[in-house]
Amino acid sequence: MEPKDDNISAMCKPAVGEAGKTGDWRDATPVIDHAKCIASVKNRPACYLCWLYCPDGIVTAGIPVKIDLDYCKGCGICAEECPAKAITMVINEEVKK
Amino acid sequence: MSDVQIMTGNQAAAYGVKLCKVQVISAYPITPSTPVTETISQWVERGELKAEYVRVESEHSVMTVCVAASTVGARTFTSTSSHGLLYMCEQLHWAAGSRLPIVLACVNRGVGAPWSIFNDQQDSISQRDTGWIQIYCRDNQEILDSLIQAYRIAEQVYCPVMVCYDGFVLSHTMMPVEIPDADRVGEFLPPYKPHTILCPEDPRNINPVIFPWQRRDAEGVLRDGYMDMRWKLQHALEGSRDVIVEVCREYAELFGRDHGGMLWTYKTDDAEVLLAGMGSIATEATTAADLLREGGIRAGVVGIRVYRPFPRAEVREAFHKTPAIVVFEKDISYGYEGALSADIKAALYGIGIQTPVHNYIAGLGGRDVKANELAEAVRSSLAAIAGGTREQQTWLNCVTE
Repeated sequence: MEPKDDNISAMCKPAVGEAGKTGDWRDATPVIDHAKCIASVKNRPACYLCWLYCPDGIVTAGIPVKIDLDYCKGCGICAEECPAKAITMVINEEVKK
Repeated sequence: MSDVQIMTGNQAAAYGVKLCKVQVISAYPITPSTPVTETISQWVERGELKAEYVRVESEHSVMTVCVAASTVGARTFTSTSSHGLLYMCEQLHWAAGSRLPIVLACVNRGVGAPWSIFNDQQDSISQRDTGWIQIYCRDNQEILDSLIQAYRIAEQVYCPVMVCYDGFVLSHTMMPVEIPDADRVGEFLPPYKPHTILCPEDPRNINPVIFPWQRRDAEGVLRDGYMDMRWKLQHALEGSRDVIVEVCREYAELFGRDHGGMLWTYKTDDAEVLLAGMGSIATEATTAADLLREGGIRAGVVGIRVYRPFPRAEVREAFHKTPAIVVFEKDISYGYEGALSADIKAALYGIGIQTPVHNYIAGLGGRDVKANELAEAVRSSLAAIAGGTREQQTWLNCVTE
């Protein structure tokens, strides 16, 4: 038999995916246009405001910038903050098309 | 060596806290509880009690400080009354749900509107379902002793404990109180060990969002859902009865004072009517029982000491033979009856007895209740019961027409 949860109060260890794959909460998906993204255009670490502002910490500040869609809840803050207007929020139905 | 001093209930509570070597105290002043933490803050300031005294801007913050301090392993105390307790309400639930052994002295006072600073038990009774253990004290000695017991109980079952006593009637009334030897209290009360050790090398989220269902965590362990956690709290409260009784017995062995565990009785063996109550009104009822016995009515008293967990088995044992029960209480569950009366009836349902229960709501907002008035109420109830009135709710000394 599987061991019972022996915690008497609720707790968890901080870990990626501790609360499940929260990306399925998303209504709209950020799509990056790398022809506009400053880091990609300059081909060096730059800007990364999307990484800084993402409340879920799921943006990887690399070249190119990556967003982990397993956990992105689609809040749109990255698109709002992007000075190059490189991120567009596309509602899920249109992504599927 | 015994050290007997004349002191108020609030001073007795403060001495209890000092003897328990409480490490963090947070409080916001409110009548009639203020002198408890006033006294403690003086001791902390003078270095007589090595503790942090945290000043905050409200009772809600008081309880959040207690929750945080208790989580990291500090023995924690606060005291409050009435609106202060109600302002804590959300955090009272949080303390119990986090299974933190915080001890709170609730100096019972009526709740507004309209404003009253005077005594009844509506404040703590209205927080009955927060998951706290509630102990009601009948005199100043019991306040001191119960506070020490409260930490033993709380830290063993990991539930917070509210030690309740009547505002002014006990809080500001002087009585002889024996202060136990600090070293012996230290032997009785081992250091607090938190159920979860927090350290930076092994970080964790405390009380994250928890789902209705069980869920596997990132390490693959199946974690409880919300309802499973709630069951653990209920199970802990139900199981705390044995601990409360054992702690009380052990305390009696060490310090020579037995406050009765879950409830206490007075002249109940041959009683034809039993008076029931909690706190100082139950003490008053013992005087009423003596008056009734002088008049030929064999009356006894059952004092409910622990209200949550409710002493189901002890209540059944105490009341199963009596032909009449009269419950006096300083609270009202609006739209129904006194909370204690309802709970006693519910306990008796389980053994199928049909004893008449008369309920007197008394002393709300500090209205005086004298022993001879309790005795007269019992006489009139006995007459009504003889006439076939099995249930009755009466507001004692109150204009009800």
